[in-house]
Amino acid sequence: MVEWYKLFDKKTQAFVYGYQVNAIQRMLDFDYICKRDTPSIAAIINPGRAGIHKVFWSTEEILLPMYRTIPEAVAEHPHVEVMVNFASYRSTFEATMEALGQPGIKTVVVVAEGVPERKAKIMTATARNLGKTIIGPATVGGLVAGAFRIGNTAGTLENIVESKLYRPGCVGFVSKSGGMLNEAFNIVARNSSGIVEGIAIGGDRYPGSNLLDHIMRYEANPEIAMIACLGEVGGTDEYRIVEALKEGKITKPLVIWVTGTCSKVLPTSVQFGHAGARADSYQETADAKNQALRDAGAVVPVSFDDYGDKIGEVYERLKAEGRVKDVVEPEVPSISMDYNKAVVSGLVRKPTTLICTISDDRGEEVLYGGKSLSKVIEDEMGIGGVIGLLWFKKELPSWASEFIEMVLQIVADHGPAVSAAHNAIVASCAGKDLISSLASGLLTIGPRFGGAIDDAAREFKRARDSGLTPDQFVNEMKGKGINIPGIGHRIKSVKNPDKRVELLIGYAREYFKTTDLLDYALQVEQITTAKKGNLILNVDGCIGILFLDLMNSCDGFTEKDVESVVELGYLNGLFALGRSIGLIGHILDQKRLQSRLYRHPQDDIAYMLPDPVSTER
Amino acid sequence: MAQRGIREHDAKVMLAKYLPDYIDNFSYEGELALVTPDTDLEALAAKYPWLKKKKLVVKPDQLFGKRGAHGLVLLDATWDQAKDYLLEKMNKEVLVGTTTGPLTHFLIEPFIPHAQDDELYAAIKSGYQGDSIYFSMAGGISVEENWNQVTKIEVNIMDDIDDIDLRSKLPSSLGDRLDQVADFVRGLYRLYADLGFAYLEINPFIFEDGRIVPLDVVAKLDDTEQFWQRETWKDLESPEPFGRALSEEERYIKDLDSRTGASLKLTILNPRGRVWTMVAGGGASVIYTDTICDLGFGGEVANYGEYSGDPSTEDTYEYTKTILDLMTREKDPQGRPKVLLIGGGIANFTDVARTFKGIVMALEDYRDRLKEADVKIYVRRGGPNYEEGLKIMRRLGERLGVPIEVFGPETHMTRIVPMALDEGM
Repeated sequence: MVEWYKLFDKKTQAFVYGYQVNAIQRMLDFDYICKRDTPSIAAIINPGRAGIHKVFWSTEEILLPMYRTIPEAVAEHPHVEVMVNFASYRSTFEATMEALGQPGIKTVVVVAEGVPERKAKIMTATARNLGKTIIGPATVGGLVAGAFRIGNTAGTLENIVESKLYRPGCVGFVSKSGGMLNEAFNIVARNSSGIVEGIAIGGDRYPGSNLLDHIMRYEANPEIAMIACLGEVGGTDEYRIVEALKEGKITKPLVIWVTGTCSKVLPTSVQFGHAGARADSYQETADAKNQALRDAGAVVPVSFDDYGDKIGEVYERLKAEGRVKDVVEPEVPSISMDYNKAVVSGLVRKPTTLICTISDDRGEEVLYGGKSLSKVIEDEMGIGGVIGLLWFKKELPSWASEFIEMVLQIVADHGPAVSAAHNAIVASCAGKDLISSLASGLLTIGPRFGGAIDDAAREFKRARDSGLTPDQFVNEMKGKGINIPGIGHRIKSVKNPDKRVELLIGYAREYFKTTDLLDYALQVEQITTAKKGNLILNVDGCIGILFLDLMNSCDGFTEKDVESVVELGYLNGLFALGRSIGLIGHILDQKRLQSRLYRHPQDDIAYMLPDPVSTER
Repeated sequence: MAQRGIREHDAKVMLAKYLPDYIDNFSYEGELALVTPDTDLEALAAKYPWLKKKKLVVKPDQLFGKRGAHGLVLLDATWDQAKDYLLEKMNKEVLVGTTTGPLTHFLIEPFIPHAQDDELYAAIKSGYQGDSIYFSMAGGISVEENWNQVTKIEVNIMDDIDDIDLRSKLPSSLGDRLDQVADFVRGLYRLYADLGFAYLEINPFIFEDGRIVPLDVVAKLDDTEQFWQRETWKDLESPEPFGRALSEEERYIKDLDSRTGASLKLTILNPRGRVWTMVAGGGASVIYTDTICDLGFGGEVANYGEYSGDPSTEDTYEYTKTILDLMTREKDPQGRPKVLLIGGGIANFTDVARTFKGIVMALEDYRDRLKEADVKIYVRRGGPNYEEGLKIMRRLGERLGVPIEVFGPETHMTRIVPMALDEGM
């Protein structure tokens, strides 16, 4: 059990309410450089998730338990007396009241800013009635040097070391402002042996504990030889200190300064940063309070500028009187730098495992090939334009992206009987979800289904590049016994031409700079159709061939780019993308129809097993 | 995040709307009309027919008191008289206390003739332990002179107002109106507590035909209640205090503040002042300005403000440019130098170097004007990456040809103030 005048010591363990990962780690880092035996956090209370949380204890990792509710945490850790409440202003009241209702919890730190005054007063009154302490609302908290740190108090570890907060000095400090706590620790460290305890009560009008509450604890704490305080314009809290001084209740030297003396030159309507910082009468001004404190015997500087000097003077006096001694500095364990911080400071480097050259989601807006998404939309780039950015890393001219969109429309569907659609339908009928059914369909795309686009592009390109005449090409393929990919149609023929092919060719003739490969393919077609009317250039072949012409018509594509399109199977990608539209349609169609499981009719299967073999020996 | 005043019009609308929920047999019509510079008076009269039927009171509604004493209340007027009065006063500059500003908002209500002796006073004020209810039979303009006649009833925060015997605490001289007043005060308190008020004063209220009518109302809300009062407050506006029309630059910073997650504040106090501050953090910014005043240079303080909450480079760049622009618009008429204090305590987690980058960019933009206005710059800051930040500043000084003195946490936070005032001025 800690003495009443100490809210925290080297054994204090707290609950942290709210999943504040950084603050939790900072508390543990502080513990480590203070050489605590146990972490200052017993458990985390996270209404969103129970389980464990992994933290560093120096360079090792340890686990902190995490509970959903305060009572669960209390049941497991009955010795815990402190809760650091990071709940938002919307829910901090309920969490604080619940914590105060736990007999074991003696101190609650309320970090949230913007707690309504009425709620703050109820929390305060409840705590006082129970003989408990609230620090806050609207505060970073405070710390006991060498023992316990509340949340983010005192900032970085460098600062903690700089202000010697890893071991006790002789000064008790209290202020309203949490923002000034770091500076105060610095001032105290530079002008005395350092801080024993420093608390920021928060800048609200009705703080849960006031300046005098903490001053009286410091007065009772034998480790503390002198007290430093920063008050603030507005409110009458400092007059309680004046009264206590007058009544002789504060015997230790008190160096105090009330900030906000400039309020006299400011228009009355200027609200300082803190909700409580506004003088409603002369009595509440900083000047009046400073004078009253000075009259009551406190050490009050002329301005903040000699606040540190006054602390120094008092410290030197106490030292001369033998009441305090300079501290022998203990060795301070160092904490490894956090990896992310080291990266930012350029202290470490590591090779990356993955490379991405097409998009970037790290900034405020995602980039497609270097172009922000909003710009993509603004420029009306369309799906074709987006494919240009993400597949080719190029801004395609609009005629090219429109061609791509035309292709996507053409390949979007080809009825329910083709492999992909059939597979997707069967999967959907089997009750599989949309994505599984889609994957089932897509997995059929390959050398025999949908692959003709790629194959046609590859074969025609190869033939032309190697200088084969259309005749030679046709003969070569015949010799190998291979059908020329992209040639031939089940129904369509010279007399009954494919409308889709006509559209594609018409478009290419109008917009492409060159249609060399197409012209070559049409020469091939003349030869093949002479043999048989349906050996026409089909839609797959037309797409594959024209795509290469498209690339040759655009500036910026090299021969190597064209080769890689053929090699890497870009055109299969185009088919898969377009056909996905149709597949999803088929899958949804089956789901809407509530189709039952599909079973292929037995009479449609020729069962041709080997002859029965006798199993008898 | 603090207490803020609301218009009398809005306060009375809330009383009219919600008070009947709290008091049995209570009615207050709330015949209220708010006039702004954009109001079409004829349309207003069409909307509120009582304007043409009743005698009227017209008074400014801009969060300042003692309107009668300033001769700004028109009593017992016809609609035509009210219109003439509004045409005359609207947008007119007036002096109230020490503040001058234009009249922009007026409240019109029915005029209720009554004797001054019949004016009652009730107020509720928030305090540390709870709230205090004040009541006086001697209401009206002289309530403060007769403060000894005011009854104060403490309501502890944990008390239920229904458990307090208001009847026995209110003056017995209320006679047969005692019950009615006790009910009224009780209802008023419950409305105050439920609807997020921090201050509510009705001075005076009177009895008209046995009914209580509030004549003058002053109210402040605890604006941290916004989340819980989003329904009950949805029609409220948050007026700027009287005379505090924002300058263009102040409005620009206010806009910037509302658009970023950081906190950026600027109040221009005296654009001719020679001491300009750009301080990180609310606590530190007050202390820098304090110290300038404490050292006797209050008259030279040009601005008050702060930047905090880990502002981006962009934010500090815009903020700094605004201040530099104001500060270098004209040279001191007597040819004296000006100083800019770029101050701050030791930051918790704000990257000092990063915030300084924006400041440096702005200083570079204003290089020539800074020289012309004879500006000297003093810097003091600590916190994450401060060494790098200070180095950037020192290098800038060499490059810019503007004197820049740079200090870190080893130097007391405000030491650059006496330095600047001694050497720089």
